[in-house]
Amino acid sequence: MSDTANTIEELQRILRDGLDALHSLQDEDGLAAWRTAHLGRSAPVMQVFARMGGIPKELRQQVGQQANQVKTALEQALEERSAALHHAALQRKLTAERLDISLPGRRPPLGRAHPATQALEEICAIFIEMGFQIYRSPEVESDQLNFELLNIPAHHPARDMWDTFHTTTPGVILRTHTSPGQIRAMHEMAPNPIRVILPGMVYRFEQVNASHEMQFNQIELLAVGRGITFGDMKGTLEAFARRMFGEHARTRLRPSYFPFTEPSAEVDMECFICGGKGCAVCRSGGWLEIGGCGMVHPVVLQNGGYDPALYSGFAAGLGPERIAMLKHHIEDIRYFWQNDIRFLEQF
Amino acid sequence: MKIPLSWLKDYIDIDLPLLELAKTLTQVGLEVEEILLVGLPDPYAGAPAAAPREIKVSGISWQADKIVVAQIDEVLPHPNADRLVLCRLNDGTGEIIVLTGAPNLFKYKGIGALPKPIKVAYAREGARIYDGHQPGQVLTTLKRAKIRGVDSFSMVCSEKELGISDEHEGIIALDDNAPTGAPLVEYMGDAVFEVSILPNMIRNASLVGVARELAAVTGKPLRRPSAQLPADAPAVRGKAAIRITQPEFNPRFVLGLVEGVTPQPSPYQVQRRLRLAGMRPINSVVDATNYVMLELGQPLHAFDYDVLAQRAAGQPPTILTRTAQPGEKLTTLDGVERSLEPFTVLVCDTAGPLSIAGVMGGLESEVSAATRTVLLEGAAWNYINIRRTAFSQRLNSEAAYRFSRGVHPALAQEGVVLCLRRMAEWSGGQVYAGLVDEYPLPPEQPPVSLTSADVRRLLGVELRPAEIAAILTRLEFTCQVEGDSVRAVTPPHRLDIGSGETGKADLIEEIARVYGYERIPATRLADPLPPPRSDPALELENRARGALVRLGLQEVVSFRMTSPEHEARLYPPDSRPPAPVYLSLRNPITPERAVMRRSLLASLLDALEKNARLSERLALFEIGPVFLPRVEAALPEEPLRLAIALSGLRQPPSWDGGAPARFDFFDLKGVLEILLDELRLPECVFIPAGHPAFHPGKCAVVRCGESELGVFGELHPLVKQQYDFLAPAVLAAEIDLGRITALAQPRRDTRPVPVFPPVLEDIAVIVPESTPAAEIEAAIWQGGGRLLTAVRLFDIYRGEQIGTGNKSLAYSLTYQADDHTLSAAEATQVRQRIIRRLEQSGARLRA
Repeated sequence: MSDTANTIEELQRILRDGLDALHSLQDEDGLAAWRTAHLGRSAPVMQVFARMGGIPKELRQQVGQQANQVKTALEQALEERSAALHHAALQRKLTAERLDISLPGRRPPLGRAHPATQALEEICAIFIEMGFQIYRSPEVESDQLNFELLNIPAHHPARDMWDTFHTTTPGVILRTHTSPGQIRAMHEMAPNPIRVILPGMVYRFEQVNASHEMQFNQIELLAVGRGITFGDMKGTLEAFARRMFGEHARTRLRPSYFPFTEPSAEVDMECFICGGKGCAVCRSGGWLEIGGCGMVHPVVLQNGGYDPALYSGFAAGLGPERIAMLKHHIEDIRYFWQNDIRFLEQF
Repeated sequence: MKIPLSWLKDYIDIDLPLLELAKTLTQVGLEVEEILLVGLPDPYAGAPAAAPREIKVSGISWQADKIVVAQIDEVLPHPNADRLVLCRLNDGTGEIIVLTGAPNLFKYKGIGALPKPIKVAYAREGARIYDGHQPGQVLTTLKRAKIRGVDSFSMVCSEKELGISDEHEGIIALDDNAPTGAPLVEYMGDAVFEVSILPNMIRNASLVGVARELAAVTGKPLRRPSAQLPADAPAVRGKAAIRITQPEFNPRFVLGLVEGVTPQPSPYQVQRRLRLAGMRPINSVVDATNYVMLELGQPLHAFDYDVLAQRAAGQPPTILTRTAQPGEKLTTLDGVERSLEPFTVLVCDTAGPLSIAGVMGGLESEVSAATRTVLLEGAAWNYINIRRTAFSQRLNSEAAYRFSRGVHPALAQEGVVLCLRRMAEWSGGQVYAGLVDEYPLPPEQPPVSLTSADVRRLLGVELRPAEIAAILTRLEFTCQVEGDSVRAVTPPHRLDIGSGETGKADLIEEIARVYGYERIPATRLADPLPPPRSDPALELENRARGALVRLGLQEVVSFRMTSPEHEARLYPPDSRPPAPVYLSLRNPITPERAVMRRSLLASLLDALEKNARLSERLALFEIGPVFLPRVEAALPEEPLRLAIALSGLRQPPSWDGGAPARFDFFDLKGVLEILLDELRLPECVFIPAGHPAFHPGKCAVVRCGESELGVFGELHPLVKQQYDFLAPAVLAAEIDLGRITALAQPRRDTRPVPVFPPVLEDIAVIVPESTPAAEIEAAIWQGGGRLLTAVRLFDIYRGEQIGTGNKSLAYSLTYQADDHTLSAAEATQVRQRIIRRLEQSGARLRA
């Protein structure tokens, strides 16, 4: 009886010792050793089982149950302690791994198109949506195509409108506008309808300053067909402005003069920075000049192979760099071809 | 063109406020660039600071209660100063003594009460005016001061102080009818409209022209200045003759005569108007010619008749017009002796040239203070020829400006008559009856017929014939409605209306302007679209740009103009190509940009050099044309090129890394491999090549079939040292995009995603150092056959173990079948075949 009582007591002690030992563990490292010591083959509780044969038969069940309870309790405690220690270890690890997230990010090198290319693409994309096709033509042109066929004869006062780079080859110049492409497109496409945009570099013999460069891009539109009106030109340019600058963008046309169009107009846009209220970009005027346009002059239609009595058309010219300058508040047009990465990387 | 408002009001009633007037003019094609206030109140006064100011306004407003018309009744000497006088002045409220130093009053000093008071502009204490003693226009407020012991709190003003001109030598002497005591702003407050005249609107470089346009849009009547020659005066006939030798250059020449003039200062209001319009008053004779030119747009020229008569030895002078003879010279009234071109037209008399026709008068026959009889010229000239002349003489006179854009010959007669009247009015004298008028070549201006359908077709606006006629009539066209058609005759003051379809377009432009661009409804294009077309070169360019941007390269765009010296840097000094042929500019802006580039790479290396100190990693590219002159054609070839340059760090530097890797040959090659794949080029090969710009051992050409697409490599040290680069190596490529366009495939094939597992294994072979890796890889592919699906070089080893002069290449191989899982036996078989093939190539399997 006392043996049994002793054994029961022993089991309680084993349980207590085991739990004490378990709770004194501070990290997962001791768990394996504890398992061997308290649940392993030679662990005290196991030895109780081993001694089972020596316990009187009638008490065996009681002791056995007790021993099993102790073992299960130890196992359960191990599991709980293990989970707790594991959790604590993870918490410590996570805490230790905390980053200074204010350190700068590691940036992969980003490629960019030149801002002028971006402006060209943005503008072209809008006109392409409207059914216009891109048409490119040479940058070095004949006087004939750049002037004569566009209704600008030699010595005509209208020539004062373009300061021209001449080459040492007589009659060969750097194009002053993309308009010679109008004639080329007409020659290629007559008598089919035409809807082209002519993007590209043009050249002016000009004193270079913050708002004038000797080389810049232009985008011209040309629509030729049997029923194209001034109203269509207005509608097309209005649609462009809304698509480019937002639904509320308003445009207006002012009478102007270009030898290759008649009637001709300047295209003004309500300042998209201030909404027409007046700001530094529009020099307080509320309006920005963004291009010129007009109905294709009968002489130009004729020169392009279209009978002006049957066909009509409109042309318009926009300056992508100028539009980019307005849009991004670029103060100096000379930035564009200086290729300073401190400028280029802002786009 | 400067348009003083008060002057404009001579010809039309204007009730529009300043800003509305400016907008109205702008909407009709006379863009108002600025309004200069000369007295009138600021139209933006009181507007919130944030409100838009669509029209630029500058200048000065005269306070009505501070600046008034006054009269000087007596000029008294100053007790303490010789250079100052005291004026006994009445400003309408009573008598005041005012101190002034105006030299033009000295002659009245001490003569007692003036027989006729001098009317002046008087500024009271507190008046805001410009400081007459400071350069430019600096506003100041009049304050009480003591000058040489005399109280001074107000002043008699000069033009400068009132913003009329920069004249501040003397005070303004107003015309005698100026009402004493009236606010000056009411008497002569003004505003000058700076109007930009379009090249086809030279008819509007005149007050009447601007008034006519305003009349057309506002519906108010135009008051033309009119004048008639006296009937009961001596006749001009016999006093002078005209001979025109080439009517195509000089379609009309008119002469009139006024005798007994006394050149003197013009009436003050005439002087003020001329100054506000930007011209300098000279004397009443010259001023009349300028005044009428500004009024009507017809330049006029006054000769001293007596000088001409003297040159004709007392005979009545004969004026003849002709082109210059070889070597002929003339001293113009600016004092410059001018060599004349054979196309220069001269106005001559029998003794020789008098003036360059339509451009500038000669010195000798110019009117002077002594002139008593004036022979007045009004003529018409061929505008193209005038432009050529003004251009070749580098002369830009008011006359040349107008004549070089086309002045209608009808104005010659109108101008002479009006000017004779004004001359006599301001200078005294007797105008002769009649004119000498030669008009051999009136302009051909056939009537233009226009229908409602024409207007609808071009403008998209429905106008009845009567409405069309009404608009054109307001612009002084003579119109006749015939059924659906309007027959319009061009008025005799404009030369810009053509005939046929051009004539119709010219009229439609006039209709659109007056009808108002803003009233034309915006419509969406309804015309049929053209057939779609492709531009393969453009598509290829965009794909190439997209690929390079995705690869982390920055696009640049350079000047297309450069200099041969600049491009020569692309070659080592001793292996430059012999004088390449450039397309050269005849008028370069700087020698640095005198030719069109032949090399895109040279442009790009310039950009790289500029940025060398700005970033540790530079990866740049440019796409654009180069310009190659051709023997067989005037225009150069403009092939589209692509250039790439890499230098410095492969990755942007980071705060935790060690020494990061730098770009080398294989970075550039990798970029090119991906690029060519993106451009869908079949089977490109890289072949070692020699090019003077590149390191002889680190240079290759890209070839596709028979076509060489470009060259790339590491810059030759001798090339690199000609630039200011910091990085140890610069990798560069120049590719011909035009050639790629011809070769690029329209589509690419794909393979199904494998379903069965691959067998992976490695193989390492030892080959002599000189064996290209590509050869070994080719052998592996040949040996592997259909089941080999990937070959990847993963290591190169050199060391004593494998013998000097050798290298070991280690490949990771993938075997895979698309219809079953490979057995070990199959994999072994493939391996054996590869090994056999490699051994045939002289490679040794590394144990």
